[in-house]
Amino acid sequence: MPLYPQATFLLMGDRGLLLEFGDEISAEVNEKVRKMALAIQAEILEGIIEVVPTYRSLLVLYNPLIIPLEDLKRRLKQLEEGLKEISFPDPTLTKIPVLYGETFGPDLRKVAEYLHLTPEEVIRLHCSKPYFIYMIGFMPGFPYMGELPGALITPRLKTPRLSVPAGSVAIAQKQTGIYPVESPGGWQILGRSPVKLFNPEKEPPALLRMGDLVQFYPISEKEFHEWNSQTASSCAVCSATEDR
Amino acid sequence: MERVATFEVLAPGILTTIQDLGRYGFSQFGVPPSGALDTFSYRVGNLLVGNKQGEASFETTIIGPKLKTLREVVIAITGGDLSPTLNGEPLEMWRTHLLVEGDIINFKKVRTGCRAYLAASGGLIFSQVMGSRSTYLSGKFGGLDGRALKKGDILFALDIRAPLSQLGFRFPGDWIPQFDKEALLRVIPGPQDHHFTEKGLQTLSSSFYRVTPQCDRMGVRLEGPKIERRSEVEESIISEGLIAGAIQVPGDGKPIIILTELVTGGYTKIAAVISTDLSKVAQLKPGDRVRFAPVSVEEAHQLLRGQEERLRTFMKTFER
Repeated sequence: MPLYPQATFLLMGDRGLLLEFGDEISAEVNEKVRKMALAIQAEILEGIIEVVPTYRSLLVLYNPLIIPLEDLKRRLKQLEEGLKEISFPDPTLTKIPVLYGETFGPDLRKVAEYLHLTPEEVIRLHCSKPYFIYMIGFMPGFPYMGELPGALITPRLKTPRLSVPAGSVAIAQKQTGIYPVESPGGWQILGRSPVKLFNPEKEPPALLRMGDLVQFYPISEKEFHEWNSQTASSCAVCSATEDR
Repeated sequence: MERVATFEVLAPGILTTIQDLGRYGFSQFGVPPSGALDTFSYRVGNLLVGNKQGEASFETTIIGPKLKTLREVVIAITGGDLSPTLNGEPLEMWRTHLLVEGDIINFKKVRTGCRAYLAASGGLIFSQVMGSRSTYLSGKFGGLDGRALKKGDILFALDIRAPLSQLGFRFPGDWIPQFDKEALLRVIPGPQDHHFTEKGLQTLSSSFYRVTPQCDRMGVRLEGPKIERRSEVEESIISEGLIAGAIQVPGDGKPIIILTELVTGGYTKIAAVISTDLSKVAQLKPGDRVRFAPVSVEEAHQLLRGQEERLRTFMKTFER
């Protein structure tokens, strides 16, 4: 059974308490992580410094001189029991435009061959359903999303790239993601999105949030280039940080 | 907030960045805390010059910067001993100094530790990003444009008169941390200690590890005896949060101590360094050696309490 009836508590050093809600990646377990994170934030417990929600666990950073460990565990258990009583906002769906293939999606052809599909079929499948965002992590704004349709399951690159362009839309195993900035990357790149996923000056700084939904749609090269100039003219803040 | 040009960078040193206590509350967006790695030394520096503990300071690594002072300011240098000088003469650490226009601060070579902190009265003033002036290098934001200092940079401090009342303050010698070439790091086992064999756990607490050149603000890679993992367990786990001090053990069995610029990770963590010993981790440089000693969380909290009491006692000396 993937979802534990009660979260298990593990110590991470003398300032971290790791709560595990299940033992696999599933929407059900992840929902509980998200709700618990929101509940802790709403509670505004003195002594809690940071909350890191991930696939199936929640790391709580605390100051033991403000909130003793045993008190913290007790409060968190109480919060977990009361989760059903809390109503949470519905997930929002964000549509993300993608310029697929050629130089923007250097792995599209190889992936299609590997899956015995045409590139067009890969694109159609990738766009065919909304994906659930399990977590934002690894780097600012990077969404870990799933699950891909079974026909698209592909392993990671054998040799990760040292540099992947900002906006690259990629897949690996059952997941899909978007690299918000240039970085090393081991996932298969299918295309590139002109959308800005992360802006440190904005509040919130990330476009996407854990628990929300993303659906991809294909755009032309012309639309890709026009996208940036359109958003730049209508948003002074975005254009000022365009080259981050 | 009124700020005024206070230092000019004549030479940047190996890696000098603006840091404060870091940014918290943003890991849900994939943003790590960054911040001063040796928070104890950094906080003492601020207290010495009359600042609040969390004002932005310089953090410098191995070879420090050469700075020209542009106006009267009170400073203090704490942390590792990188041989700071004032106008060519050795500058005493862990105490306040008055600098006047034209004074040159320089650093010769590293004697002990790895990182030093230069606190300036009023604090260094830059725009805050997500509530902090800390530099996040990989993310390229925070501090001074998200990067290390360069020659020609002008650094601003709060426009206040140099607090002459802070002159003469010293941090008590007994409380000044010693950064030895061989550090003993106390750790809390877990959260994936059960992924390792008895032999593996024994290896961790009985071996010496050497700090490799692969160390930066993200983490410290160690070389030494391989830590044995249980055969039925994989090296990777479902990605989860990280804290500074967490010790990851990837497939090759060699530990990596995580610092402040990573937020999540997918490798097993055998243990995590306790809060009071994080300063020692921050002061490790290539070639230094470390040993690990498991302790209980109660003991770790006692040590933390002792440390904070010492700082509170020190702060009381200013209330005269």
